[in-house]
Amino acid sequence: MSRVTFTIDGKTATAEQGQTILKAAEAAGVYIPRLCACKDLVPHGSCRVCSVRVNGRIQAACVQIVTEGAIVENESDEIREYRRNIIDMLFVEGNHFCMFCEKSGHCELQALAYRFGIAAPRYRYLYPKREIDLSHPDVYLDHNRCILCGRCVRASQDLDHKNVFQFVERGCRKRLQVDGEALAATDLRVTDEAVASCPVGALMRKRVGYAVPVGRRPYDEIPIGKDIESPGEE
Amino acid sequence: MSSKARIATVSLAGCFGCHMSILDIDQRILQLADLVEFDRSPINDYKDFQGRCAVGIVEGGCCNEENVHVLERFRRQCDVLVSLGDCAINGGIPAMRNNIPLRECLEDAYLKSPGVYNPAGTVPNDPELPLLLNRLYPCHEVVRIDHFIPGCPPPADAIWDALVGLLTGKPVAPVYNRLKYD
Ligand code: SF4
Ligand code: SF4
Repeated sequence: MSRVTFTIDGKTATAEQGQTILKAAEAAGVYIPRLCACKDLVPHGSCRVCSVRVNGRIQAACVQIVTEGAIVENESDEIREYRRNIIDMLFVEGNHFCMFCEKSGHCELQALAYRFGIAAPRYRYLYPKREIDLSHPDVYLDHNRCILCGRCVRASQDLDHKNVFQFVERGCRKRLQVDGEALAATDLRVTDEAVASCPVGALMRKRVGYAVPVGRRPYDEIPIGKDIESPGEE
Repeated sequence: MSSKARIATVSLAGCFGCHMSILDIDQRILQLADLVEFDRSPINDYKDFQGRCAVGIVEGGCCNEENVHVLERFRRQCDVLVSLGDCAINGGIPAMRNNIPLRECLEDAYLKSPGVYNPAGTVPNDPELPLLLNRLYPCHEVVRIDHFIPGCPPPADAIWDALVGLLTGKPVAPVYNRLKYD
């Protein structure tokens, strides 16, 4: 198969025809931060954390295809600022109490904030009123922590061949809705890919929290993306 | 008054866990004593400022009017003000009431909860009690904050790094595993 050549932060790399910038960068050992993108899921470019500048234009790396000679900026101050702002906004628009969250140390949003060295967000906390759905025997859905990444929506449809989750409303009212009165009324199983797909502590298995001691959780010592930047290294 | 830099600390709507973490710097507290003089702080129990301070460290956010007054006083008295810990930065556990009306919180706590013994049937309203604010406010929504050290509590090493950086004017490079939200 023919390959295309592009540069990312000045480094020359090659990609397969039709490969996304995110995947091509990954193959070249460059981590592009992301939240709504997840391996095995069709990307839909909604969180914008993977924004890069491609030939002068801002694009979402998870959906943008690499073209011959493309010049990609990933680590510029400007792009860093964009990403940091998105992460900040995700924190203030929900209720993220990491100190007791079962996902802490395993959470991709938190890990990104750590990687970006964010000590405090720049925006005012909104403290929205959100629901928690505890109806299901093995899974709970805490909307306080949902970042509307759509990973569960896609995983349920494309991998589990169900349709447990959908988004309803638009803009700041957009929220995740389950296909039934509550989670218990859906055909969701704890073993579904949808449950495992959530990057944050919103869609969670019950009774397994805090199993890994602090200090040994995935992002305690190793920043998110390190596996892509230096594979095989601990 | 000695020429050493003065630091003041306070716990507002916090649990004193952050102060415990200050003490967790262990024997480095002796080095700290060489660098600074403690002004008002729960550590020496001074109730008010003795002088102007180089650094003020605030644990906890503002849940009542007294917290606001103390925080404003810290802002006036300190050159650099530090929010220490998640409660100061995002409200923490006390902010869990932020999307519940205050009246509902008080009625639940003093009148309706199972096991409440309250024959008078009123919510405490002694004039000695500081009035609760409608919600919990992170410190930087009340006054300007210069430096943030997150964590619940922040690791002692993070506190140490920040203090040394602020007191010597030479910021210590951020260390990945010392920035924590839990
Ligand atoms: S979901 Fe992540 S960011 Fe949100 S409270 Fe839990 S650990 Fe923190
Ligand atoms: S529940 Fe989790 S996976 Fe689903 S949209 Fe919310 S954050 Fe994303």
